[in-house]
Amino acid sequence: MSKELIRLQDLVMEFNGERILDGINLYFNDHEFLTLLGPSGCGKTTTLRIIGGFLTPTSGRVLFDGKCINDVPPYERQINTVFQRYALFPHLDVYDNIAFGLKVAKLPKAEVHERVHQILEVVGLQGFEHRKIDSLSGGQQQRVAIARALVNRPKVLLLDEPLAALDLRLRKDMQNELKRIQQAMGITFIYVTHDQEEALSMSDTVVVMDKGRIQQIGKPEDIYNEPKNAFVADFIGESNILDGVMLADYKVKFFGRTFKCLDAGFEPNEPVDVVIRPEDIDFVAPEEGHLVGTVTAVTFKGLNYDIIVDFKGFKWLIQTTDFQPVGASVGIRLNPEDIHIMHKSEYSGMFGDYSSYSAEYDELTEDAGDEEE
Amino acid sequence: MKKNKSLLLSGPYIAWMVIFTLIPLCVVLFYALTDVDTGAFSFGNIENLVLYLPAFWRSILYSVVSALICLVIGYPVAYYMAHCRPTAQRFLYMLVMLPMCMSFLLRTLAWVGLLQDTGIINNFLEMLGLPRLSLIRTPGAVILGMVYNYLPYMILPLYAIIVKIDNRLIEAAEDLGCNSIQVFARVVLPLSMPGILSGVTMVFVPAVSTFYISNKLGSTDIVLIGDIIERQFKQGDNANMGAALSLLLMVLVFVCTGIMNRFGSDEEGGVLV
Amino acid sequence: MKKANRIITLLIFVFLYAPMAVLIIASFNVGKDITQFEGFTFQQYAEVFRDRSLLTLLGNSLIISVLASGIATAFGTVAAVGIQGLNPRMRRTVMSLTNIPMTNPDIVTGISLSLLFVFVGSKLLGQRDSLTFWTLLIAHITFNLPYVILNVMPKLKQMDRSLVEAAMDLGCTPLQSFFKVTLPEIMPGVLSGAIMAFTMSLDDFVISYFVTGLDFITLPVEIYNYTKKQLQPKIYAMFTMLFLLILVLMVIMNLLQLRQDKAKNGHRRG
Repeated sequence: MSKELIRLQDLVMEFNGERILDGINLYFNDHEFLTLLGPSGCGKTTTLRIIGGFLTPTSGRVLFDGKCINDVPPYERQINTVFQRYALFPHLDVYDNIAFGLKVAKLPKAEVHERVHQILEVVGLQGFEHRKIDSLSGGQQQRVAIARALVNRPKVLLLDEPLAALDLRLRKDMQNELKRIQQAMGITFIYVTHDQEEALSMSDTVVVMDKGRIQQIGKPEDIYNEPKNAFVADFIGESNILDGVMLADYKVKFFGRTFKCLDAGFEPNEPVDVVIRPEDIDFVAPEEGHLVGTVTAVTFKGLNYDIIVDFKGFKWLIQTTDFQPVGASVGIRLNPEDIHIMHKSEYSGMFGDYSSYSAEYDELTEDAGDEEE
Repeated sequence: MKKNKSLLLSGPYIAWMVIFTLIPLCVVLFYALTDVDTGAFSFGNIENLVLYLPAFWRSILYSVVSALICLVIGYPVAYYMAHCRPTAQRFLYMLVMLPMCMSFLLRTLAWVGLLQDTGIINNFLEMLGLPRLSLIRTPGAVILGMVYNYLPYMILPLYAIIVKIDNRLIEAAEDLGCNSIQVFARVVLPLSMPGILSGVTMVFVPAVSTFYISNKLGSTDIVLIGDIIERQFKQGDNANMGAALSLLLMVLVFVCTGIMNRFGSDEEGGVLV
Repeated sequence: MKKANRIITLLIFVFLYAPMAVLIIASFNVGKDITQFEGFTFQQYAEVFRDRSLLTLLGNSLIISVLASGIATAFGTVAAVGIQGLNPRMRRTVMSLTNIPMTNPDIVTGISLSLLFVFVGSKLLGQRDSLTFWTLLIAHITFNLPYVILNVMPKLKQMDRSLVEAAMDLGCTPLQSFFKVTLPEIMPGVLSGAIMAFTMSLDDFVISYFVTGLDFITLPVEIYNYTKKQLQPKIYAMFTMLFLLILVLMVIMNLLQLRQDKAKNGHRRG
């Protein structure tokens, strides 16, 4: 779409012999909103800190506009950062925090004044100039942190889990706000988060990372609809992942039945992982179903019910508005577009089984609070 | 890169501290191991330390007693301070600090005026028709002087710790059925342990090495180790013997504080006022 | 219980302040004996300002303590930043080095430094008077440094490390970020370290007593010399004035802090 701005080549990072990044290759386009998404310890923050200049990679190169910037210190990079807990200077007020970078660059007073006021307008904090940092709410501090970075007109803005400290409601508002600001300013945002919903709703491109490696790069829709392996399928949304065998193009066999699907390009009889999203499944009468199972647990979630159905000892999560009581016998039909086929990977067999439903599900939704490093 | 910079910044300090704290201790060792007249290597000073053991025991005894008295009378004060309103706390803190800033020589001298046979207390007793007491030049007077001088060093760390004890812990203990004595013994006291240890250390160390207090308030036969060391350097002209005594004193203090720290293994740096 | 504590506290404060009251009363005494009040006079105060010898000594004490605490504060603050960046093992070693003058009895510190100076001065450099103003200054800096380090280190530890990164991110060189961000952040620690060092220096007798030369004598050392002879009552006047001065300073500091706290709380609520 537009020109390439930053490129990471074979980035490797080791701390005390532990490999944090294991050969990252990635490029960032101008004006792009790119998100590094992954669980704690996947290397996303480390990648961001290398781009910001706070860490020097063990090996590999960081190119900015085609030039290697490995040895350029942070204060000489045209990159600014919004830090995890904002890192606002507590001894300065809002105005002085935002003006900080401009004053260091020794800009004329009038221009500093003008630009600070401009940016305050962009983030919606007019009239807050002389407030103390500790008298601001979390959302306001967040805006100051963004303003402080943006006022320097960087080419790239790095955001390290900027919304992690906010409550759910505010987080949603700020997501929209950030997207709006990014479009208004027309600069590249590199955003780090472990919140898949956040990543999907804001980004142009999502990079899913785990264990220091990139698992998948793609548009949000593609990442969701066409996960490359069991890790991505499980990390992005909920997935039932089953062992299957690809009989031929568009033909997959699992649970002893052959289903039509939309995937092709596999070896004949290749063992594969089959992904079925819980919201894609509809109940039918038992006698009409491709598969018949028994409901073992039901949880009301507001929008829908989370229903666990036991099919021959394998438990599936099904999200539906169609209530079924525990013990009910239900049938399901699977349409070709509901089935997604992935190659086997190191993650096969680790995810997508809801046998230990409650524990796993809680862990997935509650891991918001923890942070990296 | 960052590591080098840290070393560059802290290097001069490390060098300074090595030159002006570690090396001087080596010089002390050197003097302790050489003969005063010939300057030759000798264990004579070390052997002679035996002569001064009574003074050592007396110093230890007096300073331990002083530290315990300071603890017993300082604790209620610190506890009371910690439970005042914030403004009152600050005011009381200041009142405890203030004596520490004033010349301890003169303040000790004032005790001489108070305790003398013809001093203020005895004059007062006489006015009431009571018999005079011989107060000065007794072990009690020396211990009084120590307690008086070093009491603030006990109160301040105690206060600093007690004030941090979360009131909810006390409520929790009460909730779990403790009466006020049990609350104190089972919750407040164990939690104040770091303050107690640092307070005891801060009283013990200067008390065990003092020379002025015993000089002014003690009798001629109450000689503390500090007096002897001072005399070796300033009057006796036997710096080598003095060095040997200092060395022993230092070892003593390090052993004592070491034992203390065993009890309350707190990391890096002690509790400072 | 609370009442008992209050009475004990009251008694302890009487105990702490009675000797000072004796000295203050003595400063208005016509006679020389501290135990006999013979009549009221301001004579001793006039004496302090007339013969000026005590003022000179006080001046000496101030010179030493301002210089020593100033140098130690600057030196120690920089060192603390460095120490903070060392690896944990190295840091622990340096902190135990820092703790030596804190745990060592003053008399040992004084003697060891004095022996060092005499050893280097007379045996290596062949000086006659190896104890001078400079040795006194070095000694004071040495025992001041740990107070600065131990006050600054906790503030550095508390400080959010990303603040420095934020400053660099916004274009500060490491030096600029120290002055613009780190220093203002750790200022309370630097100040309390400096104040502690200053008062320790001003009041130090034991260490000074062993390392001071004849050319430069501080007030506490001279008071010690006085107390060996017949005491001159003008010293009580000096004591009283210093007492008042420190009292006033402390009250002012208290009030300032009170106001600061109030402003802070007010703002939070508003």
